Amino acid sequence: MSLTEHSEHIDSDTGKMGMWLFLFTELFLFGGLFIVYAVMRSKYANDFHHAALELNAFVGATNTVVLLVSSMTVAMSLTAIQQKRSGKAIGLILITLILAGVFMVNKYFEWGHKFGLHLYPGSDVMKTMPHGEIMFFGLYFMMTGLHALHVIIGGILLTIIMIRINSGKINSEHYLLQENGALYWHLVDLIWIFLFPLLYLIT
Amino acid sequence: MKNHDNHISSDSLNWTVLVVLLILTTISILAIKLHLGAFTVALALILASIKVTIVLTYFMHLKFENMLLRLMVGGVFLLFAIVIAITFIDYYFR
Repeated sequence: MSLTEHSEHIDSDTGKMGMWLFLFTELFLFGGLFIVYAVMRSKYANDFHHAALELNAFVGATNTVVLLVSSMTVAMSLTAIQQKRSGKAIGLILITLILAGVFMVNKYFEWGHKFGLHLYPGSDVMKTMPHGEIMFFGLYFMMTGLHALHVIIGGILLTIIMIRINSGKINSEHYLLQENGALYWHLVDLIWIFLFPLLYLIT
Repeated sequence: MKNHDNHISSDSLNWTVLVVLLILTTISILAIKLHLGAFTVALALILASIKVTIVLTYFMHLKFENMLLRLMVGGVFLLFAIVIAITFIDYYFR
């Protein structure tokens, strides 16, 4: 191996491990919120019950399906790049981005509806609510908001990956960035898998 | 190092995983309607954990990674699950 080759040496195992370490910090970021949720739910069981009825389980379920499908298309695009089919890989990432868009539009209407009902932190309606319901909506906006931020970041990351596949920088030999981008996208899905039952299903 | 030693998941595997995940989602939606009281939360979390394990194993390719990474991820998720479970159990059965 020549010196120039050595300086461009990319260790894919180490690169992936670094990504996983980052994902662990993400896990604990949301984990803290899950623990707050657990404590508050047991403390204000009735308030949480009433507040959770306010959420539309259908919208939540739709977004769950959207994210699960997008997780699959990202996984498939990695398969495509490994099989030297960069056109297919770009197409699948494009589908993922469209699904991310659908998720965000759903979220926009969902939050918009809540805002229309004056259900947002610090609103006049919210101030008159029992303490537990304020807690529930606080957690709802915090958790889904933080998650939506991750969807946006994931979307930007996937766009960069798509451009790099197009320019040939990501190819069947070097696709560490795409692997890590896919891992990030799956994490967004993992967090939603927990958020959906905790916020939308359990009343 | 090139990524050439990696496992390639077939499209059919990815489809199968998606179908299983959608079935589990349907089960968790239907299970909520059973009104199992305190166990509703437990059941929802168990089903979510199964889904997460499937995503980690297949979509995130852990099944095909080296042992070190598998142990690392497995260990951290186990620790995470234990902390969450203990907190839930602690507050639910006070």
